Amino acid sequence: MKTLNLPTDEHWMQQVCHVRDIPRITINHLGVKYRTVEALRDVSFTLNCGRVTGIIGPNGAGKSTLLKGMLGLIPVSSGTAIYQNQPLMDQLAKVAYVPQRSQIDWTYPATVWDVVMMGRVRKTGWFRRFSIVSRKIAQTALERVGMSAFRDRPIGQLSGGQQQRVFLARALAQEAEIFCFDEPFAGIDQKTEAVIFEIFRELANEGKIVLVVNHDLGESIANFDDLILLNQELIAAGSREKVFTQENLYRAYGGQVIFFQGKAA
Amino acid sequence: MLEALIEPLQYSFMQRSLIIAILVGLICAVVGSYLMVQRLALLGDAISHSVLPGLAIAFMLGANIFIGAFIAGVISTMAIAFIKTRSPIKEDAAMGIVFSAFFALGITLITIIQKSNKIDLNHFLFGNILGVTFDEVWDTAIIAAIILFVVGLIYKELLFYTFDPLGAQAAGLPVNILNFGLMLLIALTIVASMKAVGVILVLALLITPGATAYLLVKRLHQVMILGALIGIFSSISGMYLSYFYNLPSGPAIVLVASGFFILALLFSPNYGIFTQKNFSLGQSSLWRELKQIFR
Repeated sequence: MKTLNLPTDEHWMQQVCHVRDIPRITINHLGVKYRTVEALRDVSFTLNCGRVTGIIGPNGAGKSTLLKGMLGLIPVSSGTAIYQNQPLMDQLAKVAYVPQRSQIDWTYPATVWDVVMMGRVRKTGWFRRFSIVSRKIAQTALERVGMSAFRDRPIGQLSGGQQQRVFLARALAQEAEIFCFDEPFAGIDQKTEAVIFEIFRELANEGKIVLVVNHDLGESIANFDDLILLNQELIAAGSREKVFTQENLYRAYGGQVIFFQGKAA
Repeated sequence: MLEALIEPLQYSFMQRSLIIAILVGLICAVVGSYLMVQRLALLGDAISHSVLPGLAIAFMLGANIFIGAFIAGVISTMAIAFIKTRSPIKEDAAMGIVFSAFFALGITLITIIQKSNKIDLNHFLFGNILGVTFDEVWDTAIIAAIILFVVGLIYKELLFYTFDPLGAQAAGLPVNILNFGLMLLIALTIVASMKAVGVILVLALLITPGATAYLLVKRLHQVMILGALIGIFSSISGMYLSYFYNLPSGPAIVLVASGFFILALLFSPNYGIFTQKNFSLGQSSLWRELKQIFR
């Protein structure tokens, strides 16, 4: 009699994602031009569900541009992003996107609750009020990031890390399949970073696609399963072990990266 | 005192003015709150100056002046957007160019037709709340109803869009339509407010009550409601000042609203210069700032 090997949650999810072969995003030859300047050239890769994927590369490498381009937030000059056989930009209801902190006016007259409820706007639909279910979902999301005590605070009175957690709660409230974060760790505390990475891991284990633009090449890189290394064109994409090599980093960063030698696998 | 306030209301022109004052105070604060949070105060100024040629042309053609002004306002916003997207000129410069050109054209046209049509340029520039006709009250009421209805209908979408345009776009909201809708609301509000405060000062009624409320409350709908109360009170006070002292109505209204703003700036519980927690004479931030300036 054979013994049945029960896989762990994580492995099981990754296998499902692979076998069914449905929830993945395929980027084909994506290019973006700002007027005459080429910001991104001929980038192709695949994003798998059940994985936390980081986009890394030097300043001006086009990391944010890649994220915005694949979601159709900025016009692309070439290429496509396909999710479940259709253009990703036509299925934005399945996407939760958190912009860079610098994009937000933190003096805006809104409370934590107002911001999290924004995550329910699309699901609620035009001309309708938020349902009780929506409120419960938002409340659960706030609790999950540990911010429910701050519900009625104006967002401007929070620390950077707390603000980032509120935006994560908004993304969770969207009940998306694809989660995109633009530099969520810029200027935040260690505790928030740990909380956020923990939730990324949970989302991946639920079978979501988690895509994170990351600036830091330090120890936090170990939290990513897959990496996309950019410098205006694709340098490498795949599992962290495969991408995070000295040779690849040298190609992306030039001489600046010698500092990270020890950490490169 | 109370009699002095009620007595003028037996005149029908004062009743009409009162209705206009309430409507204009209300819609300016609601729509102006969006202008303030989006940092688009200058755009409000641009649109308000740009409606003038539309007014004049409508007068020449015998058409409804509200419609003429509205069309001119929309054309000016599109002209600003066109210059911004099709040339390296920045938005603020584009606004400056477009609104001064439209304003100059408006002044020229009104001066030409002024004598033959028995109209007064000053009334367009500075408002004449005591001179509104029944038809104008009716038009303003319809516009106000449309504005409040639309804001109520798409409040949550506009909140998301004005707070985080990129996030709203990524969630699949039609941000271009929302933006255009917001511009239409602004143009409509300005057109409806012309009679009370005039095109030059309408900006104050759009921004000042909302900014005052912003110092006192913390959520957008609260800013709108409190701002509307302040706006309505300012408009009515301005109307009486205009009646009793024969002042131009626009400046009177704006001065009252500005007075409220100064009070909030000094005494707001959270942000007030005299009421902040660390305030004590000799050590207050204001005192330190003054010392810095004169050092």
